[in-house]
Amino acid sequence: MKKLMKSVALSVTALGLAVAGAQAATLDDVKAKGFVQCGVSQGLPGFSNPDDKGNWTGLDVDLCRAIAAAVFGDAEKVKYTPLSAKERFTALQSGEVDVLSRNTTWTMSRDTSLGLNFAGVNYYDGQGFMVRSSLDVKSALELSGASICTNTGTTTELNVADYFRANNMEYEVVAFEKADEVVAAYDAGRCDVYTTDQSGLYAQRLKLTNPGEHIVLPEIISKEPLGPVVRQGDDQWFNLVKWTHFAMVNAEEFGVTSGNVDEMMKTENPGIKRLLGTEGTFGEMIGVGNDWAYNIIKQVGNYAETFDRNVGPETPLQISRGVNDLWSKGGLQYAPPVR
Amino acid sequence: MAVQQPIADGDVSAQSDPRFLLVTVFAALAILAFYLSAVYNYFEGDYGAPFASIGGIAGGVVSIDIAKIFNFIALVLLLFPIAIIFRTKAWFGFEGKQSYAGNVFNDSGLRNFFFEMLVMAFLGFVFWFFVGNTVRNLAAANISSGFGFLDRAAGFGINFSPFIQYSETSTYLTVYMVGLQNTLIVAVLGIILATLLGFIVGVARLSTNFVISQVAYAFVEVMRNIPLLLWIFIWYFSVLRLLPSKQDPLDLGPLGLLNVAGYYAPRPVFGDGAGWIGIAFIVGIIATIFVARWAKARQMATGEQFPVFWTALGLIIGLPILALLASGIPLTFEMPTASRFGPRGGARVIPEFLGLLVALVTYTAAYIAEIVRAGILAVNKGQTEAANALGLRSGPTLRLVVIPQAMRVIIPPMTNQYLNLTKNSSLAVAIAYPELVSVFAGTALNQTGQAVEILLMTMLTYLTISLLTAWFMNWFNARMALVER
Ligand SMILES: N[C@@H](CCC(=O)N[C@@H](CS)C(=O)NCC(=O)O)C(=O)O
Repeated sequence: MKKLMKSVALSVTALGLAVAGAQAATLDDVKAKGFVQCGVSQGLPGFSNPDDKGNWTGLDVDLCRAIAAAVFGDAEKVKYTPLSAKERFTALQSGEVDVLSRNTTWTMSRDTSLGLNFAGVNYYDGQGFMVRSSLDVKSALELSGASICTNTGTTTELNVADYFRANNMEYEVVAFEKADEVVAAYDAGRCDVYTTDQSGLYAQRLKLTNPGEHIVLPEIISKEPLGPVVRQGDDQWFNLVKWTHFAMVNAEEFGVTSGNVDEMMKTENPGIKRLLGTEGTFGEMIGVGNDWAYNIIKQVGNYAETFDRNVGPETPLQISRGVNDLWSKGGLQYAPPVR
Repeated sequence: MAVQQPIADGDVSAQSDPRFLLVTVFAALAILAFYLSAVYNYFEGDYGAPFASIGGIAGGVVSIDIAKIFNFIALVLLLFPIAIIFRTKAWFGFEGKQSYAGNVFNDSGLRNFFFEMLVMAFLGFVFWFFVGNTVRNLAAANISSGFGFLDRAAGFGINFSPFIQYSETSTYLTVYMVGLQNTLIVAVLGIILATLLGFIVGVARLSTNFVISQVAYAFVEVMRNIPLLLWIFIWYFSVLRLLPSKQDPLDLGPLGLLNVAGYYAPRPVFGDGAGWIGIAFIVGIIATIFVARWAKARQMATGEQFPVFWTALGLIIGLPILALLASGIPLTFEMPTASRFGPRGGARVIPEFLGLLVALVTYTAAYIAEIVRAGILAVNKGQTEAANALGLRSGPTLRLVVIPQAMRVIIPPMTNQYLNLTKNSSLAVAIAYPELVSVFAGTALNQTGQAVEILLMTMLTYLTISLLTAWFMNWFNARMALVER
């Protein structure tokens, strides 16, 4: 009798596990289905934005493409899921996307309580304010009493509350779910101020009726390290995403670009040889081919290339490298060595 | 076919009823099962388990093993005697209404009861299984769970909370209350306004005046063919586009200011002695009730009518005004004043609220109008003709003869519309009106990441609101139905 009961118990427990255990290794899943499912924004120029043909471009998109290049040797094997700020973590937790690359700020609570891990920082940002130049505001400290439009479910709405409270200023926050609605409401004059990550301000300004009539105030009120996010508990996939970004930064440091990577294959520099897979088996360590970094650089480019192509001074966003420059040039981008 | 003859009242006592034995055995078995599980757990070294499992089920800390299954079955079986106690009254004819003779196994009441309990037990088990599973899955994925977050400070701002004090340091529980408050505000106001507008349009639709009826018809058709979300956007963004900017608002004189950031009404500020105004208002209402009763009684007795409406108006509005004058006008109005970022002060209504309210009211009113029209058409034409023959004019005919009878048809589907309006108010999330779904199931969910708990709370809240509304409407319906007879 007891035996029977134990076996009943076992099968019920097994059923429970079956419901629970849908989360296998992400890398195997990705290889089996043949593409990387990447969570991106619903359209933020320079970071993740679909063009009129539905092709996605941007800094965050390039990271997805680099992951696909590392896994498949083909940067095109990515499918994109546009997510609002509010939906993004649920989408990642539930396995709807394999990686979230969507201007997402690395914070302690997100890192520790959501069952997620941040796999690096591909853009160091900070929150800023945009106002109409006609208001003649020169500093954020003059904003007491203003109405402020922003996105719900972001660090932005928390920072703005902190900032106004710390400086003893009144404000009214109007929080929308979709970025386009924030822009529309600000454009219609519902709010005096639009606040989000500074990079986002430069990007969204391009969508306003008269971009020239708006200025970004000098104050930066927060630290917004933006980076890719993966599910916690899958170290292999975590490593792969982390090292994809590091490979791009290391490539910039070594001066390896998509243009010269083929020549670099012949170099005698041991650091470059390890990176490009002509020496060692570093690809195997993260579960992909040893030419993983070669494919990333060849097809997507190094960090400087994707930065300049998507958000740099030559683009409509006109963002200079600033803190996102290499550590050796006074910036914060620093990658551990491949060895 | 065995014919079961109901026996006359009180002939068979409960004791001689063969089902009594069956029910007793059932109850005894249930208690035995619970006892057995206690013994089982005792030998497994877990003395408190039978009782702990009650707490475990409540707290969601559940893992499936054999002892707990035992406990669970025992708990479900325990429901039987409880349910039986409620049922026996009807079965055994304790009130002398019903008695029994025949085969126990042919008793459909008992049989149905058995299967009902079986289904209940199954549903309970499924629920219990999924709760336990969810808790374990969340723990396995390192996602925090539990309701501890409700005491944590929210840290974000909310721009509309007329009755509840809210600041960034308030807790998530307060966020929930503010969301609920804002949902109830649009729902209640929306229901009242939609009913009024719906009745007007519904009656207008049946008007003999061609223009009026066609305008009403066009209104209904347009409303019913626009998706509500689009309609809300149209209202919100066109309101934003049409209203003047914050810097030069539309001056409505004593009525305040109107601009793209909302309507700024003058805010009444009461001074000393203002309490008398409130007292006068209450006295006015009470007096009105007495006058209405007296007038009705007199009309019943003598047939003489009394202008109740105008008296009521005089009492409810006139008395407070008298009190206001008598106490030396202790009332001032704080007018909104201009500032760099638009008007400050006054009583402000945000445009998100206005846009949502107008959209919901007009949309729902179209459906209510159709219900009203159907209700009126359902009243036999002979009723109108009879009223006319008695010399009633068309106004009183509608008010006193047709509508009261139409109400019987109108009220039940109206409940649906009220529930729809309440639930549709959650579309506000698109235009930043901070109601429950937007601020709690949206912002709070996102900041805490505790989707399961927050969605559960939100669902239960909507369920409660809906059940209360339905319950109230049923009560109202029953009352109207009685009054008719
Ligand atoms: N970095 C912040 C804010 C991210 C965010 O959602 N920003 C908005 C405004 S720039 C955005 O990306 N909108 C684009 C979209 O929703 O598609 C966070 O992680 O909470």
